[in-house]
Amino acid sequence: MTGRQNPVLTFLSAFFGNFIVQRFLLFLLTVWVAATVIFILPRLTGQDPVKEKLLLEAQRGGSVQAGMNEMAQEYSARLGLDLPIQEQYINYITDLARLDFGYSIAYFPRTVNEIILDSIVWSIGLMTVTLFLAFVLGTGAGALLGWSRSPGWLSYAFMPLLTLSAIPQYMLGLVLMFIFAIILNWLPFFGAYSPGNLPEWSLGFVLDVLRHAILPALAILFSAVGFWAIGMRGMMVNTQGEDFMIQADAKGLNGTRIFVRYAIRNALLPQVTGLAISFGTLLTGAVLVEVLFQYPGLGNTLFYAIRVSDFFQITGIVMTIIISLAMATMIVDLVYPLIDPRVKYTQS
Amino acid sequence: MARATGTRNLTMGTRARLARRRWGGFYQERIEPIFLYGRRNPSLIVGLAMLGTLLLFTVIGLFGYAQLEPHTNDPSQNSRLDAFVSGGAPVGDKRLPPSWCTWCEDIAELEGDKKPTLFQYPMGTDTQARDLFATNLRGIPLTLGTGLIAGLLSVGIGTVTAFVAAYYRGVPDVAIRLLTDVGISIPGLLILIIIRIQLGTELLWWQLGAGLAAVGWVFSSRTVRSQVLVLREQPYVEIARQSGMSGLAIIFREMMPNLIPYITASFVASVAGSILASIGLEALGLGDFSSPSLGMTVYWVIQFGAITLGMWWWWLFPLAFIVIIFVSLFLISAGLDEWSNPRLRRQV
Repeated sequence: MTGRQNPVLTFLSAFFGNFIVQRFLLFLLTVWVAATVIFILPRLTGQDPVKEKLLLEAQRGGSVQAGMNEMAQEYSARLGLDLPIQEQYINYITDLARLDFGYSIAYFPRTVNEIILDSIVWSIGLMTVTLFLAFVLGTGAGALLGWSRSPGWLSYAFMPLLTLSAIPQYMLGLVLMFIFAIILNWLPFFGAYSPGNLPEWSLGFVLDVLRHAILPALAILFSAVGFWAIGMRGMMVNTQGEDFMIQADAKGLNGTRIFVRYAIRNALLPQVTGLAISFGTLLTGAVLVEVLFQYPGLGNTLFYAIRVSDFFQITGIVMTIIISLAMATMIVDLVYPLIDPRVKYTQS
Repeated sequence: MARATGTRNLTMGTRARLARRRWGGFYQERIEPIFLYGRRNPSLIVGLAMLGTLLLFTVIGLFGYAQLEPHTNDPSQNSRLDAFVSGGAPVGDKRLPPSWCTWCEDIAELEGDKKPTLFQYPMGTDTQARDLFATNLRGIPLTLGTGLIAGLLSVGIGTVTAFVAAYYRGVPDVAIRLLTDVGISIPGLLILIIIRIQLGTELLWWQLGAGLAAVGWVFSSRTVRSQVLVLREQPYVEIARQSGMSGLAIIFREMMPNLIPYITASFVASVAGSILASIGLEALGLGDFSSPSLGMTVYWVIQFGAITLGMWWWWLFPLAFIVIIFVSLFLISAGLDEWSNPRLRRQV
């Protein structure tokens, strides 16, 4: 058939066949599904978070419960909880699209966004540094472990690394806290800075923050290093069977050059996909490490929101984590074909 | 000498050969290959041995410890195993170090002036006077049970959905694939936090397991589906199809035997993941407060600040059990990898 194709259809099929567009749609779908699940679940159980919170406060304060219902209604109207459920849903989704999570119930005049902004700085600081260090150290260790010409004693380091990676981060945190903060008394065991200190840009404060970050960071680092090392070791073993390795050998290149320029360079790329997979586990693990060390990041804020059953704050923090994870995996997926020419996303 | 003259002069080798003949070849055919394989795959054997030892310890401990006379004259305590319950005002010896630890710093609050005997509290007591040996003995099966239920359910759902997707192709396949893609990028722990808070009730160990399976099945589904897709194109499946075998018969008689290693590996991975998540949830304070599971012990350890109190026995023993569980599951899954993917043999 020689008939002309409909230009709109051609454009649409090219548009939706495009990998970047598809990946972005998957990202939107992920966030939308998560948001909808979080919206529907509370409504299924038929509980009223506002009223419950008020009842809890009243019980704690021992105040009379007269006028409770009026108060709950007033709050519900202000928070838009008295609307029909479709309207609530539409409001919820449009608020989410603007990244607006509403007011915190526990700290009412404050918005959830303010609280998240206060704490996310600490989480991002802790996570990016540990993630980067773990990637570098773990990949390096894995490369040496998988290299057949490494000294023999190195192979004994493999089992301890495996064992470390199998232990939950917060368990390692407990041990580290006991050894370094309690027995040796070298490092502080809670908070992000000393209680008397006020956040400011001075050398003393920065050093104080670093000292407080060492233990939680080490707890995350130890298990993450094992994760990267295992992946890298496997890739190194595979790479050494490749033809270009034999060729490099035959050319008479020296060992270090083959190791760095031929083996590591090729084994490194699939590690990047590991980044996307590990974000989720690392982050949820880090939530508990923050709780353990009372580190004022997102995890600890979530823990306190759970304790006072501040539902809007919990939703806000959970959605923030889900969106940032989905975005991180999308970015890794999109960037990967650019750095590894062996992978190509073809139109299906 | 009453010994029969016929067998007296036989060498060890002949004796073994005779024994082997008596076994009717059973040993040679069934048992010996297991040992031979075990020598080639030590991580599987070591992992199974660790888990087996832990289970044996728990079973013997549960039956043995229950036989000892209870600590108090409280009629509600029929055996020592009841001593983990802390209803009402805690009565009994508090903060007692393990009674065999004669060099331990004494921070105990004894109920009477009677010193505990040497093996009265093998793992000490906590701030609420709970016998921690009893707590741990009851906690190990609860924690393992949660993981087992979650693992069984998620592998079950995952396998069924994988086969449905591969068998019907088309719309069900696309739907299931999208669902797993979306589900994998949403951290299940966070969704569970929302579910648990909205339910408002404390989840029992098996309910927790079911909840974990509800968010964890996507991983099994993805693993099994990718293998089913590979198997579906195998020549022997094609031959079975052309010779008129029914779909179910192909699935169970032709494909299942080849999938067992993958399904088992996925099962072990999801048991480990579920236990990790369940301990995390419980440590966040979302568990069953009357349950003595390992995760709840971690919660109480954090709540009461056991580390700063110097009560190492409170957290060290559950920590050791958790580490044994995770390391053994990790070794088993590494061993299963080797079993299902023989190309990895002697490389990794």
